[in-house]
Amino acid sequence: MSPSHASDVPVYNPRNYLNSPATGLKSWLLTQDHKRIGVMFLVAASVFFAVGGLFAMLIRIELLTPGPTIMDAMTYNRLFTLHGVVMIFLFMIPAIPSGFGNFLVPLMLGAKDVAFPKLNLLSFYLYMLGAVVALYGMIHGGADTGWTFYTPYSTTTVTKVVPILLGAFILGFSSILTGLNFIVTTHTMRAPGIGWNRVPLFVWSIYATSIIQILATPVLGMTLLLVAVENAFGWGIFDPARGGDPVLFQHFFWFYSHPAVYIMVLPAMAVISEVVCAFSRKNIFGYKAVAYSSLGIAFVGFFTWGHHLFVSGQSAFDAGVFGVLSMFVGIFTAIKVFNWTATLYQGSIAFKTPFAYFVGFLFFLVFGGMTGVAVATVSLDVHWHDTYFVVAHFHFIMVGATVMAFLAALHYWFPKITGRMYPEGWGLVGAVMVILGFNFTFIPQFLLGNEGMPRRYFSYPERFWALNVASTAGASVLAMGLVIVLVYLLISLKWGPIAGPNPWHSRGYEWDTASPPLPENFEETPVYTRGPHEYDEDSYANPPPVAPEPKHAS
Amino acid sequence: MQASPLAHHFENIEKQSHAERLGMWLFLASEVLLFTALFAAYAVYRYLYSDAFAEASRAIETWFGLVNTIILVTSSFTVALGLNEAVKGNGKKTGLWFAVSVAFAIAFLALKAVEYSHHFQEGQLPGRYYSFHELQAPGASLFFSLYFLITGLHGVHVIVGMTILAVVGVKAARGKYTAAYHTPVELAGLYWHLVDLIWIFVFPLIYLV
Repeated sequence: MSPSHASDVPVYNPRNYLNSPATGLKSWLLTQDHKRIGVMFLVAASVFFAVGGLFAMLIRIELLTPGPTIMDAMTYNRLFTLHGVVMIFLFMIPAIPSGFGNFLVPLMLGAKDVAFPKLNLLSFYLYMLGAVVALYGMIHGGADTGWTFYTPYSTTTVTKVVPILLGAFILGFSSILTGLNFIVTTHTMRAPGIGWNRVPLFVWSIYATSIIQILATPVLGMTLLLVAVENAFGWGIFDPARGGDPVLFQHFFWFYSHPAVYIMVLPAMAVISEVVCAFSRKNIFGYKAVAYSSLGIAFVGFFTWGHHLFVSGQSAFDAGVFGVLSMFVGIFTAIKVFNWTATLYQGSIAFKTPFAYFVGFLFFLVFGGMTGVAVATVSLDVHWHDTYFVVAHFHFIMVGATVMAFLAALHYWFPKITGRMYPEGWGLVGAVMVILGFNFTFIPQFLLGNEGMPRRYFSYPERFWALNVASTAGASVLAMGLVIVLVYLLISLKWGPIAGPNPWHSRGYEWDTASPPLPENFEETPVYTRGPHEYDEDSYANPPPVAPEPKHAS
Repeated sequence: MQASPLAHHFENIEKQSHAERLGMWLFLASEVLLFTALFAAYAVYRYLYSDAFAEASRAIETWFGLVNTIILVTSSFTVALGLNEAVKGNGKKTGLWFAVSVAFAIAFLALKAVEYSHHFQEGQLPGRYYSFHELQAPGASLFFSLYFLITGLHGVHVIVGMTILAVVGVKAARGKYTAAYHTPVELAGLYWHLVDLIWIFVFPLIYLV
């Protein structure tokens, strides 16, 4: 083990990946260092998060009053499509796996880098290329299909779906290459002492995510290509006028896109498993259950796509089967939730910002998950289908869980990535605003959906007015919270107090090196004789002071 | 002559080879799924329009597919011979066998081009371009949409595989690999076998069934 626990006086590591081997722009753009690539992914994904959030805010303002408020119907259609495309393909899918995963997986395995560093850089550029191609389509006309590109409408619309489809296709390649890299890294590059039962839970979850990425993404890529070919050249694959079957598109699309939900949620669970141990100062309760349930979710996730087709003319038998299979996901998720909760029991809890986001995560995951079981029930889904209930459900589970985990990760690993601390007080203020704002945004939408307000409409009857105002108000609080987080994190980049190698006194392997880490990660290959979440008896009975008090140097 | 093949972040060459092989197998798995989507679409429409698909399948010339199958299988064999030489450390002979394989690949593409031009003349085209008068059953144009998508995607893979074989072959001939480390030769071979294997599915699906 490295001597990082030796000193409590924080010292900035003078030779780190941020300043060596070089600091110029070129040294970043051509880097093969997984840490720099991870940081580039994080920055890019955060920018897209802001863009998607801006679209969301415009949508909410439009829905503030019945009838046209600030835009016409066509603009609204384009806006919600772009909101979905940007948030899903450019933020939620890559943010945690490609950003934090790239930064952390090799560090957590005691490796010098991922298995294929050049492929890793290629993956980043494919991501940027895909983003540029998709954004080109958005600027030149946009698309009005919704992010799901349902046929036959998407094959006939005159808006620019083709560049957006191709953009998503290219992003898929990026996703596949990253997943491939992580699986190979996990298999072949673990440091001595890290057997499969000592692989950190973060890595386990990312590993499960990678399996989905490799197996499901090609099918989506092909499907999007088919729609593009059809829209551009009229090949008839999904066109009923030429004998094609539009429902086949839905099968293909959801074969990827339902597992893709787990591409978003599993990495969130990865973060949470680390955070819960670090801030309750306890070993995870049921390591194997938490690790293997990730694989369980990845596996079952492939057999649930049919629950998107309950009202597409599927047979009652199929619907029942897909309903039950979908509920299995709830079982694996519950295994995790119970284990996280059990980990807290008799722990020494440090209620820091990442822990606040953990609490938010738990609420959104359980509430979103429960409503998920509800919409997996055929009879209920028929009532809620294509209403705001579904919008609220998937925002709770996908966005709530992913964004909570993303923010938890951002705060928990901020000292590791930058070597500096963020202001804890502001952190908690931001967390409270984000969590409350999120609830106020989407709880009214559950009610709206249950009363029958359909999704994707830019106008609504007056009886839905009050709840829409509530939702928009909540969205404003959420947006303000996120702006606060952005501002203090940017300030902390330069003026935050020096963190030292391990400000949380975490036992995670990634903290066994300097912060920010050395260019080659470790002085020498570490050898491990303990698990990644093992806190000693007295380390939680008499916890060391967690994190230095934030002070802003003027 | 050249830097050590061991990358800085691996401890030893065995681990690196292991990583490279695993990466390739995973990549191939994802390639298979890329085609699986098309095969699934084919299965669905074959079920919906079984007569039209059978007719359309009979309307295209089986011998093109047959000759191409023979060409590809032979090329797989020559790739294997090349790998066999690489294991023994005979880089020059590996390069030679790979050159032969590339020649087969070009022959495959040439024959495919001739076949495509036949389809163009007959109007056996996808979707809205379909104008094949002898077969007007509903669903027939779908057969040709899928035909062009599947064989086209396979053709792209042939071109990619051919390029990989050429690059690795030249490197082998220049003595870049040794009996101890020739993983790239192996991986190029694996990729080519996949291209071949997919065709083995495409041929009966499109020409025979």
